[in-house]
Amino acid sequence: MTHEMKASLDFNTTTFTNERRSPEGFAPIANEIRRDIIRMLVRAGSGHSGGPLGSADIFAVLYFGGYMRFNPAAMNDLTHDRFVLSAGHMAPVMYSALANAGCYPKQEQETLRKYNTRLQGHPGRDMHLPGVETSSGSLGQGISIAVGMAMSDKLLDKNDRRVFSLTGDGELQEGSVWEAAMSASHFGLDNFCWLIDNNDCQIDGRVPDVMNVYPIDAKCEAFGFDTIVVDGHDFSDLMRGFDRFLENQRNKTGKPTAIIAKTYMGHGVSFMNDKFEWHGKPPTKDQAVAALEELASMP
Amino acid sequence: MDLLGQKPTRFGFGDGLVDLGERHSNVVVLGGDITGSVMTSLFKEKFPDRFFSIGIAEQNATTIAAGLALSGKIPFFASYGAFCALRNADQLRISVCYNEANVKIGGGHAGISVGPDGATHQVLEEVAFLRTLPHMTMIVPADYQEARKATVSMGEKVGPAYIRFGRSPVPMFTTEDTPFELGKANVLMDGNDVALIANGALVWESILAAKELAKKGISARVVNVHTVKPFDFATVTQAARECGCIVTAEEHQVHAGLGGAVAECTAKNAPVPIEFVGVKDSFGGSGDPEELMVNFGLTWREIYASALVAMERRDKGSSGVRQIRDVASYQG
Repeated sequence: MTHEMKASLDFNTTTFTNERRSPEGFAPIANEIRRDIIRMLVRAGSGHSGGPLGSADIFAVLYFGGYMRFNPAAMNDLTHDRFVLSAGHMAPVMYSALANAGCYPKQEQETLRKYNTRLQGHPGRDMHLPGVETSSGSLGQGISIAVGMAMSDKLLDKNDRRVFSLTGDGELQEGSVWEAAMSASHFGLDNFCWLIDNNDCQIDGRVPDVMNVYPIDAKCEAFGFDTIVVDGHDFSDLMRGFDRFLENQRNKTGKPTAIIAKTYMGHGVSFMNDKFEWHGKPPTKDQAVAALEELASMP
Repeated sequence: MDLLGQKPTRFGFGDGLVDLGERHSNVVVLGGDITGSVMTSLFKEKFPDRFFSIGIAEQNATTIAAGLALSGKIPFFASYGAFCALRNADQLRISVCYNEANVKIGGGHAGISVGPDGATHQVLEEVAFLRTLPHMTMIVPADYQEARKATVSMGEKVGPAYIRFGRSPVPMFTTEDTPFELGKANVLMDGNDVALIANGALVWESILAAKELAKKGISARVVNVHTVKPFDFATVTQAARECGCIVTAEEHQVHAGLGGAVAECTAKNAPVPIEFVGVKDSFGGSGDPEELMVNFGLTWREIYASALVAMERRDKGSSGVRQIRDVASYQG
């Protein structure tokens, strides 16, 4: 991809495969995911910038590192691994990952938040976008749905499908998250991987100022999870977390895995980095141009 | 319609679940710690591999059920209606109904007939909420056999569904052979002077009221609207047109439940005077079930008195009668 293509406000057609790769192999993918998030949001004129940009590296490893097995042409078959976005407001990063994996046309990203779009402001299962397993947006519910899916796979169908679910850190303030966590370890769901995007920001401010959720790792441990804290912007560290999950499932440890990814909200765009003000707003056109220019200059 | 004995509707739910479990291997049940009360214990004993105890966590149980449903299972979650219709309202709205997840909820201990447990456990508002949820099917069976049939039917219909049942024994008057079809109201007694439209335990009270009215030469039509949603507009509209006035009766707030559904239907299709029998904007309380039903005005006597007022409003014009008096309990 040329610098011009990368810096463009227009969507391109480049897609990426889902396979085991070296840590540095994820950088161009995460970068393209971030650029698509900017392109989507500036067109939509509303939506969440910070969380999606900050978690782009997690999504690059999840969708393009061979950890989640799926067929982009048949996302609804009943054999693939599943991902549930519990933090529904982070939809743009999931939409971008799915588009870049070839699950639907990348150009369609321009319809985000528009009337009748498959890319609803928060994921809507009724719109049948391939790869959107469930509606989410009311925080604390997606993780429970994922636990139900993992129960179905491990305890009833007895297959080896994996279920991943990502929550935010502010989302941990919802009590039902911990009901789900309790049940994941109660049922010994070693096929379940809980991803926590720990950017320490939520709409009203820093997470501990709004309502302290720390220590997250000790809580996850206490709830029976094999817990790994990783640098959410370091691909080899992220891979270490996902590898640990695969190992837990392979060894039938009977324990679910929690990966706490330390991230910065808005990461990749310097004027958004670690600023909670960017939780719930889109860039202006000028800001989008500047953001794309900055992202295009990275690997 | 004759009395065939007494049994709680929750027994019908429990037996119906076992019927379903035998027919369909993908029916699974989630427990909320009170499995003996809501009779899911019967399924648990019979199919232990398909029963999961979720503990006292209704929000989690509801969303786990959604995850199971999105994986091709037919999950039932049962608890007290106070906790599995309202505490988990957001989960029902988004994870179940918006997802069109094939989740089934059994809401037990509904209404004031719970008895001594008191107001916290006597849910009287959930029909109003559940019937506004898109895609939801909402059933209020009248007796044991109907609850059993309704449980099987809701399990075999694809989509979110909720069944409301009670703790205390109630009269049995339908049999295995009585027709039951989701969404299709049953006309139990024919008549053209007044329509008594009821569900749950108030159906039998309506039958008793109709029998009393018959002694005065008044022929009452008794309609059992066991499915509040999807609502049987045709049968209710026909009753309004042919009888000219209606009494609704339910063990629920008079607002927005069955009475509300009947009023919405007739306001559009056939406006006629309606009198509403139900709990009048108050909470329940402790007491014997029968004592509570009498004190909260949920017996045949109120239905009888309301029928007389409804007919008077129809014959003399609504506004004049309404100013003269409100419905009092029948003292005769």
